[in-house]
Amino acid sequence: MAVRRLHHEQPPSFAWTAENAAWAEVVIKRYPPGRQASAVIPLLWRAQEQEGWVTKPAIEFIAEQLGMAYIRVLEVATFYTMFLLQPVGKKAHIQVCGTTPCQLRGAEDLIKVCKSRIAAHPFEMSPDGAFSWEEVECLGACVNAPMVQVLKDTYEDLTPDSLNALIDGFASGNPPAPGPQNGRQYSAAEGGETTLTDPSLYDGSVVGKYKVPADAPAEGGDKPA
Amino acid sequence: MAKLIVDGVEIEVAPEATLLQACEEAGAEVPRFCFHERLSIAGNCRMCLVEVKGGPPKPTASCAMQVKDLRPGPNGEPPVVLTKSPMVKKAREGVMEFLLINHPLDCPICDQGGECDLQDQAMAYGVDSSRFAENKRAVEDKYIGPLVKTIMTRCIHCTRCVRFTTEVAGVTDLGLIGRGEDAEITTYLEQAMSSELQGNVIDLCPVGALTSKPYAYQARPWELSKTESVDVMDAVGSAIRVDARGREVMRIMPRLNEAVNEEWISDKTRFVWDGLKTQRLDRPYVKTGGRLKPASWGEAFQAVKAKVSATSADRIAALGGDLASVEELYALKSLMTALGSPHTDARQDGTRLDPALGRATYLFNPTIEGIEAADAIIIIGSDPRHEAAVLNARIRKRWRMGKLPIFVIGEPLNLTYPYTYLGAGPETLSELAGLHSHALEALNGAERPLVLVGQGAIARPDGLAVLSAAAKLAVEIGAVTDAWNGFAVLHTAASRVGALDVGFVPGPGGRDTAGIVAAAGEGALDVVFLLGADEIDTAALGNAFVVYIGSHGDAGAHRADVILPGAAYTEKSGTYVNTEGRVQMTARATFPPGEAREDWAILRALSDVLGKRLPFDSLSQLRAKLYAEVPHLAAVDEIQPGNPGDVASLAAIGGALDRAPFTSTIKDFYLTNPIARASAVMAECSVLAKGSLEAAAAE
Repeated sequence: MAVRRLHHEQPPSFAWTAENAAWAEVVIKRYPPGRQASAVIPLLWRAQEQEGWVTKPAIEFIAEQLGMAYIRVLEVATFYTMFLLQPVGKKAHIQVCGTTPCQLRGAEDLIKVCKSRIAAHPFEMSPDGAFSWEEVECLGACVNAPMVQVLKDTYEDLTPDSLNALIDGFASGNPPAPGPQNGRQYSAAEGGETTLTDPSLYDGSVVGKYKVPADAPAEGGDKPA
Repeated sequence: MAKLIVDGVEIEVAPEATLLQACEEAGAEVPRFCFHERLSIAGNCRMCLVEVKGGPPKPTASCAMQVKDLRPGPNGEPPVVLTKSPMVKKAREGVMEFLLINHPLDCPICDQGGECDLQDQAMAYGVDSSRFAENKRAVEDKYIGPLVKTIMTRCIHCTRCVRFTTEVAGVTDLGLIGRGEDAEITTYLEQAMSSELQGNVIDLCPVGALTSKPYAYQARPWELSKTESVDVMDAVGSAIRVDARGREVMRIMPRLNEAVNEEWISDKTRFVWDGLKTQRLDRPYVKTGGRLKPASWGEAFQAVKAKVSATSADRIAALGGDLASVEELYALKSLMTALGSPHTDARQDGTRLDPALGRATYLFNPTIEGIEAADAIIIIGSDPRHEAAVLNARIRKRWRMGKLPIFVIGEPLNLTYPYTYLGAGPETLSELAGLHSHALEALNGAERPLVLVGQGAIARPDGLAVLSAAAKLAVEIGAVTDAWNGFAVLHTAASRVGALDVGFVPGPGGRDTAGIVAAAGEGALDVVFLLGADEIDTAALGNAFVVYIGSHGDAGAHRADVILPGAAYTEKSGTYVNTEGRVQMTARATFPPGEAREDWAILRALSDVLGKRLPFDSLSQLRAKLYAEVPHLAAVDEIQPGNPGDVASLAAIGGALDRAPFTSTIKDFYLTNPIARASAVMAECSVLAKGSLEAAAAE
């Protein structure tokens, strides 16, 4: 993480789309009167989804909508790294997890791919402006490491090849389905189960068969049940 | 009350007291950076860690834990707090080591050096070496205005400044952006702060991150001689400490006075000191051939004598200025009486207050501390934010305590707290019962309502009628009882209450300020004495012979025929009575420049030349005479309360009300007096404030 500032080039204005404006009103109403400021994070997040990043006009628009001082919204926007304070790739901004589990499983290779295919430095746009990337801290999918996140979707169990395919998919407008990219089901064991494999466990035949032997000690006995 | 044992001392404190307060009660010292008595609790510096038995099994931030949250021991023994245990020592050393990781070792070039909390506490609670070998963090300095200099690398993120501006000053200017190591204090996009109290963040900052810009690299705290005095920039009379080196005032700091300014002072009070060094009148001048020429005291006095002795008494007048002390007003009044002139007035703004109506009719009767007891406030024709910034902070403090309806008649200005706007002018006062019955009901329902009358409402031709109408309102809503006098006149000039106390108003058949200026313009007056009176239209004085006694070359001195150089408020011992009627005394921090003398002594010497020798040879003799005439002035730091009956009789006066809206008499907060107008810092602030006003108007 580094010092986070507003981008030096800013769009002239911000306004909600009709759909988002209606959505924002609903969100603000969730909070009791006088507590409208609580809606600042959902609103900033929606503004980022709408614009691609959090712009200065968006910060000021939301501050006025919620009756907050500009500096208070700026505090929130600079605190959370999920708010992108500069323009990012139009088609995808790839957030590569670089925390230890992902790193051990090959995140550095993914970053190499990003550097060669997108741009040499994080937050730099690819020449066509379609892509950008950054390294982020743990996104909580360590079981499926390494992984990347694009907006709300995560793509897990990546290899340099599957990341290349992912970028190709975004470039052509047909990104692959989110989730593990190696055919794995969610975070189920890779290569099939190794425990609890007896089919009788699942056909109902053992129901009621389990009994504690009468001579077993009350707890912590040395005989297996 | 809850019992607990602090370092073996058993004490009883209120259950909602914090551990830190309990420790102080028990006499134990607890170091802190982020905690401040008058701000909300942040608990982020961790310096106040103590060991607690009956609480969490780890060092506890004593500022953020309440006594009632501690559990008693297994046999009901009181919880135990240790502030000197090995665990606490280790915890403090650890916290200090972390704080110093990113703090630069630039104390030798830091303006906070010598009065730095971090420096002192590192000495007292830190270790002598650092184990941190990596690079320190560096932070860009921010522009947050012309008064506060930032060296943000020194910031330890206590957020006192953010809490002060938000809570006390009532402006959401400062914020903490980013987080963790990259957290930074700044204003939104580095705009200048917009508060009149922003200088206080300099005192609050426990390190050298926020320091005084005008004072930067000027002096070290240990080489300054410190004089406890009283501020005269407004009528609040804030307690100040004047720090001087040699003959120069280097800075002005606030002093604690719970009854008046707590520990805040306005920016004008704090930063006006550079005006004490410029535009000074340091020798007498006499106008010869249309030009002011330097003269000796003798020549100047002879010039005055030549004119005065050739003039009949009723063609001589005297005006008292806004910064004049009671002593010199008394001396001038005595001189005018001796000469036989009734034309004296110290109410430069033309306010209709009159000592003949009784002291309660011109005092801030509920007292400044009493604002906290008020449960409804109506502000009539006043802009307390600019007329008395520190007093406004007290109103805001009361508002933050909750349940305080505030109504405003006058200009709809940003007062830093919300209020119900009723109307612009006097007619609103008469409409209260009908159109604004909700306001009247709220005021009637209040036990201790406060009617705040500003000079904007009474410094106008129908001022007495407005004052009477306000008094009538106060009486009707039950604001004036024996237990509570809620009739509050807010003054803008430091000298005003003192002048009214000594009766520096027109004598029988005398002219008031407007009358004196008009008469001089028409040629009906030949000699006008101006005792630091610069707020009048000096160009309108016509061909009158003007004698200016004062410290600064301002409007009055430019018009003067003879200039007698006087002392500024930091250069004399003078009595000032603040808006609540509190008698306070300034002390001499430096000597007047050049040949300038204390004003009372000038008047005494002049009286001798004029053949009307005043009956005192020293300040103490003057004061003895003064106290004999006005006894309550002898009780320094005390308030002689006014008689509530005076307010009732004022209410009965009545009179026809004009329809003109109330406007504040303070046109430019930063330039209200000759000293402030001589200050480059105040000029810069004024330009900045005007710019932001224009920007706000353009939006």
